[in-house]
Amino acid sequence: MTDQLSNSERIQAGLARRYRAEKRFRLYGIIAVVLAVGFLAVMLSAIGARGFGAFYQTHASLEVTFDEELVKDKDWQGIVKVAMRKSFPDVKARRDKRKLYKLMSSGAGFDLQGMYKADPELLGQTRTVWLPTSDDIDMLMKGQIDRVLAEDDRRVSDKEITWVDQWIASDRIELQFNTRFFTGGDSREPELAGILGAVMGSLLSLTVCLALSFPLGVMTAVYLEEFAPKNKWTDIIEVNINNLAAVPSIVFGLLGLAMFLNFFGMPRSAPLVGGMVLALMTLPTIIIAGRAALRAVPPSIREAALGMGASPIQTVTHHVLPLAMPGMLTGTIIGMAQALGESAPLLMIGMVAFIVDVPAAFTDPATALPVQIYLWADSPERAFSERTSGAIIVLLGFLITMNIIAVFMRKSFERRW
Amino acid sequence: MELAIHTEVPESAPGLSVAASNPHKVTAKSVDVYYGDKQALKSINLDIPSNMVTALIGPSGCGKSTFLRCLNRMNDVVDGCRVEGEIKLDGENIYAKGVDVVHLRARVGMVFQKPNPFPKSIYDNVAYGPKIHGLARSRADMDEIVLNSLEKAGLLAEVRDRLDAPGTGLSGGQQQRLCIARAIAVEPEVILMDEPCSALDPIATAKIEELIDELKENYTIIMVTHSMQQAARVSQKTAFFHLGDLVEYGDTQGIFTNPKDERTQAYVTGRIG
Amino acid sequence: MYVTPARRAKKAVEAVIKGILITSSTVAILTTVGIVASLLFEAMRFFGEIPFVDFMFGTEWSPQTAIREDQVGASGSFGAVPLFAGTLLISAIALAVAAPVGLFAAIFLAEYAHPKLRNWVKPILEILAGIPTVVYGFFAALVVAPWLRGTGEVAGFDVSSESALAAGLVMGVMIIPLISSLSDDVINAVPQSMRDGSFGLGATKSETIRQVIIPAALPGIMGGMLLAASRAIGETMIVVMAAGLAANLTANPLQAVTTVTVQIVTLLTGDQEFDSAKTLAAFALGLMLFVTTLVLNVVALHIVNKYREQYD
Repeated sequence: MTDQLSNSERIQAGLARRYRAEKRFRLYGIIAVVLAVGFLAVMLSAIGARGFGAFYQTHASLEVTFDEELVKDKDWQGIVKVAMRKSFPDVKARRDKRKLYKLMSSGAGFDLQGMYKADPELLGQTRTVWLPTSDDIDMLMKGQIDRVLAEDDRRVSDKEITWVDQWIASDRIELQFNTRFFTGGDSREPELAGILGAVMGSLLSLTVCLALSFPLGVMTAVYLEEFAPKNKWTDIIEVNINNLAAVPSIVFGLLGLAMFLNFFGMPRSAPLVGGMVLALMTLPTIIIAGRAALRAVPPSIREAALGMGASPIQTVTHHVLPLAMPGMLTGTIIGMAQALGESAPLLMIGMVAFIVDVPAAFTDPATALPVQIYLWADSPERAFSERTSGAIIVLLGFLITMNIIAVFMRKSFERRW
Repeated sequence: MELAIHTEVPESAPGLSVAASNPHKVTAKSVDVYYGDKQALKSINLDIPSNMVTALIGPSGCGKSTFLRCLNRMNDVVDGCRVEGEIKLDGENIYAKGVDVVHLRARVGMVFQKPNPFPKSIYDNVAYGPKIHGLARSRADMDEIVLNSLEKAGLLAEVRDRLDAPGTGLSGGQQQRLCIARAIAVEPEVILMDEPCSALDPIATAKIEELIDELKENYTIIMVTHSMQQAARVSQKTAFFHLGDLVEYGDTQGIFTNPKDERTQAYVTGRIG
Repeated sequence: MYVTPARRAKKAVEAVIKGILITSSTVAILTTVGIVASLLFEAMRFFGEIPFVDFMFGTEWSPQTAIREDQVGASGSFGAVPLFAGTLLISAIALAVAAPVGLFAAIFLAEYAHPKLRNWVKPILEILAGIPTVVYGFFAALVVAPWLRGTGEVAGFDVSSESALAAGLVMGVMIIPLISSLSDDVINAVPQSMRDGSFGLGATKSETIRQVIIPAALPGIMGGMLLAASRAIGETMIVVMAAGLAANLTANPLQAVTTVTVQIVTLLTGDQEFDSAKTLAAFALGLMLFVTTLVLNVVALHIVNKYREQYD
């Protein structure tokens, strides 16, 4: 009879089931952590594996002659064509020749132009130079194009593969460090596209963002923490700041578009406006971090300074602020890192255009690094997917560096009162 | 000094001389407790009789709470805490391999210093233990357990018409009695009380003390208290701890009127503490 | 007291400094005012052309304005219901991923994990929070969506290459750290005495967590969920890159849906007249987005603060 069971026996009877439930529950936790960490690992390794190739670009060695006629006509690509014909003398048919020219990047001529500009003595001379190949050949060399596929299913024809194999046999094609990726602006051709324009755009925007949000954020934090009376008005400011921190970033973009561009007539696509929008976005982060840093300064410091006859403003500027500064700077760096990764609001104010030139001023049209990633991600070329991943690696590199600095600052200035 | 204490205390074979009528419910044999490298209890030997109130007294940090928490292995959850020696409940070592903590804690209930009702209704607070242990076969069964426990804890009259109200809404004294009801709902054999009245006002304290006195009919009660008056009022046996040592143990009356150790005397007369 | 001219000058300087401080603290207010004003102003102009009811309850969204005035559907149709539905669908998928994973990860780290493991895993989750959304979007479009499509093919489902599922899953991963860190805060705020009380009665750890800690922390956890929902609704880059453009009114996560934020970006990134109904529609959508997220945030912050006070 179950009725006769003692409490102790009942507990004993349930134990096995309860411990199974315990194990299961714990397992759910482990699964959750593994899922989150695993996703991160998969994402980073997928992007890393794809993007690493962007730092290398296939180059072919050609014997180019700076033919006087062609140099005079500025037909630099023509020089490349001549060199290609010389490399493959067997290719006779016009269609094949056109195919042959396409092995090389359409930007190979620019390299020759650069060489000639640097050294006009080259006129009429012949040199062996390494020039970038087209993105398809680059992909082939990186093993991204499956040679086993039927000819119609791949972007490189059998003939082109034969030519590349000839190059390979004579050691005249190789992967070289892709300098252009770091020193060039955007391009329609993946092998010519670089991130410098986007990096500069981000840098200019962040400069504006920092110049606005840091002083404003620090002053607001100081006012709210040190001087503001506790009343309805400051309550409103406080609630307002907390809510502003959670407003979707794209709404800030709409604000920028309606206010800065349409109402004040500021230039489209300019880092100046981008920086202003980002500043409004980062302001809450900096204020919140700043207030936390000020609160961490013990009241005894203030009392001591006030007791010595310092005015409230002097107390804050001479004593409290220097002590709170590391904390504020840490918060600012984290805010800047957020701003660097932000793209949605920049789309709204037109920093999403195709811009080849590297921006040099705050009002030059520009993009930003994350927006460049967005733009490239949309391009169909295989090689652009590689460039996109490469740009992501660079972006993450910047973010990691900033966060390490923030962590380091927090550690080295951490003070226990 | 340290050595002198050691030789003095352990072999005094405490339980034997007193309370021969009650068998020993809990016996501790050379129990050492360490927190990391720090030794919190040194070779404690203590036999606790059943159906009596045993008070553990001593200055702060003397190890009395640590000892109490050893009795239902609450120290297991503390990082770096290590217990050596033997503690027997009805002759069975609770630190032996294969002893189930869950089962043990159902047999050895605990009431804490600060009333800690769960953020649930009064009913659910009391029903919590029976529910997790699967003690009630039916809803009616559970109702009976809950009402019975509240009755035994002397709380039923006050809360009968608001069993669905949150337990956190009660007064401090009521909350503590709710916690006692919660503990006795699983019908433990031993109830550990860790300064159960320290957060309460004198009136609430008096009620709890009265309750403890009634409860000893059915349960073995071991309580830590800071108040010597309380120990004197409610307990039959008293153990005095000092700096991790069990200095003296015996009938409460004897400890307070005729302490054998000078440290005990110093403490009960208020010279150290 | 000696009131020298120098002292008086100092006083004046201090007053000026204080004035500057006050002024800078109003920038945050002005930002909010600016957002509300610009959204309201442009949205009002939009509602001057398209009736509010048509926008809120219309089920057809095709904002393509015709090239010639006399073309069919020259004005486009601006029924935003498919957008709201799409946003909700993707956010729901995201929360369905993030809520259990985030909550269980927080529970595991707070209650089970060895401190050493915790010190490793917590920063890793923070990395997840620090990765720009454009990276998630790229990953969703490039890896997750094709993978889902392929898996669907094998299993006999027709999965769109811009399925709501792909965007929702990745967005869910993005908000895991938000939920786990907020849950971690509230779980740690539950006093140790609650745990002791439960363990003292012989409850196992999971019983304590499920029946005592979670109920005690529930308001805080709910607040965190609301914040996460607000975050998901306002998220832009992931959906722009991985969700669709076509406004389908469907609850099928395998199909492509579009969202409010996707449409805002599409409407505003092309070259067009600023005054066309198309661009103004973006502001009407922006207003909806702002109001929704604001309400969620206010409610969430209120709940979380109430909860904090309870155990302070």
